Amino acid sequence: MSFSVPQALENELDELASHYPQKRSASLMFLHALQEHFGHLSQEAVDWTAQKLGLQPINVYELVTFYPMFRQEPLGKTQIKVCRTLSCALAGSAELRAHLIGKLGLDSHRHGPQTTVDGQFTVEFVECLASCGTAPVVMVNEDLLEKCSVADCDRVLAKGRK
Amino acid sequence: MPQEYRLILKHADQPGYTPDIECYLRHGGYAALRKALATAPRELPDGKKLGPQEVIRDEVLKSGLRGRGGAGFSAGLKWSFVDRRSGKPIYLICNADESEPGTFKDRQILHKDPHQLIEGMIISCWANDVRLAYIYIRGEMPQGARLLNQALREARAKGFLGKNILGTGIDIDIHVHRGAGAYICGEETGLIESLEGKRAYPRIKPPYFPAVLGLYMCPTIVNNVETLCHVKHIVELGGAEYAKLGTPNNTGTRIVSLSGDVKNPGYFEVEVGKVTLGEIIHHENFGGGLRPGRSLRAIIPGGSSSKVLKAGEKFKLRKKGADGQMTQVEADLLDLPYDFDSLQQAGTMSGSGAVIVMDDTRDVVDVLANVSEFYAHESCGQCTPCREGALWMSKALHRMTTGGGRAEDADYLLHIAQNIQGRTICAFGEAAAWPVLSFVKKFKDDFVTRGKADESARASGVVPTAHH
Ligand SMILES: Cc1cc2nc3c(=O)[nH]c(=O)nc-3n(C[C@H](O)[C@H](O)[C@H](O)COP(=O)(O)O)c2cc1C
Ligand code: SF4
Ligand code: FES
Repeated sequence: MSFSVPQALENELDELASHYPQKRSASLMFLHALQEHFGHLSQEAVDWTAQKLGLQPINVYELVTFYPMFRQEPLGKTQIKVCRTLSCALAGSAELRAHLIGKLGLDSHRHGPQTTVDGQFTVEFVECLASCGTAPVVMVNEDLLEKCSVADCDRVLAKGRK
Repeated sequence: MPQEYRLILKHADQPGYTPDIECYLRHGGYAALRKALATAPRELPDGKKLGPQEVIRDEVLKSGLRGRGGAGFSAGLKWSFVDRRSGKPIYLICNADESEPGTFKDRQILHKDPHQLIEGMIISCWANDVRLAYIYIRGEMPQGARLLNQALREARAKGFLGKNILGTGIDIDIHVHRGAGAYICGEETGLIESLEGKRAYPRIKPPYFPAVLGLYMCPTIVNNVETLCHVKHIVELGGAEYAKLGTPNNTGTRIVSLSGDVKNPGYFEVEVGKVTLGEIIHHENFGGGLRPGRSLRAIIPGGSSSKVLKAGEKFKLRKKGADGQMTQVEADLLDLPYDFDSLQQAGTMSGSGAVIVMDDTRDVVDVLANVSEFYAHESCGQCTPCREGALWMSKALHRMTTGGGRAEDADYLLHIAQNIQGRTICAFGEAAAWPVLSFVKKFKDDFVTRGKADESARASGVVPTAHH
């Protein structure tokens, strides 16, 4: 499959690059936008970004491997991030993760993001989401679920299966 | 009665208050910016003349405002360090990374009152001759980033931002830059590297003090979201009047994020030093106390990097009396005023204002294992003591929570932590070491007992040896 960035997106990215006196600064914003559009960051996306910003591919690739939010593989349609950090752990986030992992037949011993074989869901533990007062919290795609219960998790799964 | 004092969060939670500019303007928004731009020059008693921008910087210094991002450093002093003679552009960066575990205060401002931050930033830009500023917002706040972009567009459309702001002939612009899930981007030099499009590897200081060699090696101011909001209120009130809020050397208000084992976790804006740690946890206006039948075990007072406080601890605080004499008073943990200086005297820090409470149902070994896993995951990897040490500590603690403890683990953990602090490029090294040093020292019996119990269980074959 050939890699192509739609003109509208490219225009948007050119605008973003103009926000900085040095183009390289726009790399993170480029990667966010490309990941949003393509679902993950392929080697082509890395090369394309490097070329647009006048960089070597390694300058971009090292960002993809450093920043946890960037992905090199396609993820599930519904991405579920369960906060692992202290306040959420005290409020039971390990149980939420175990419940989701169990329901989706994933491996509880594995670290990092895991995607179901049907490509519907990705579940991962992440660090503090800056909403510790409403622990435990879970991010579902871009939405934050506060004081999240097992029942809330089940609703997320039911909705994601539709 | 201890109460909230809402200055920054005055409107945020009012029914019907929305993040758009019309609502902000209805509530007096951007009046402080107009006031700042109309500042008259001032002549000091010693004959020194201050231009309008210097007057604002002087007011910020007089206000006593201390940074709300973690270190509690004087904002006015930080601004005074900026190299204004280099001929290079000066940048301002708002640190909206909010990644210190336990902290959720900037989130409230960013999502509910973005224009307050923008107004504070425009004033700060103007006062410091900044023409281009950035808001570095953590990647996990996509809605916050959208709201900020919308608010910036609105501010440009009304002439508060962009070319020739409010007819002054001055151009100021602000852009949003999104992080991508790395805690170390909260550290100001890591943040700058990240904003330059690189891995967030913190820079060594000296020589890379942001005030001199910051973004693009130009003089740069990095301030927290809450700090920049205060600038607007300092302009409104005047520095001296602002300084009457709070307590001497701990002026103004700050937003405390309370989480963990309390009945009512949440955020509370208080006058700094007017409310005690005990009141924040127990008073009905704040945390409302512990859950029924439980007692206090420990408090992390300023984000997970701060040293833990153990229930029942007592401290000697130096207090300045009305006659100016310093006296020493003994204070119980719960009577510590929640301010910068008292917590520092208690051997810890108020950091980002995040209080995490643990009751007697919690095992401190489990708690520390959780905290240490965070630092093991988030080390940027540049310094060997931090990269390896944070991981070793986390692995040892993980082993302790899975039946593999040893009696000497407590000393082993202390040994590693002591070899990290002071030996790294950035303060993350301390952030990783302090929780271990404080938990293990203060709760040593818990660690040793757990290790011994594991040893004898393994010796008698009761539990299988842990697989790590
Ligand atoms: C490891 C580490 C993480 C930090 N994270 C944050 C953060 O998330 N937000 C923040 O405002 N400051 C953070 N800081 C503090 C910043 O380096 C910097 O001191 C602060 O943004 C300055 O703003 P202030 O003077 O207004 O407090 C962190 C510091 C360290 C060492
Ligand atoms: S102390 Fe840790 S986080 Fe800071 S620069 Fe060194 S390795 Fe990176
Ligand atoms: S610990 Fe989960 S949001 Fe902070």
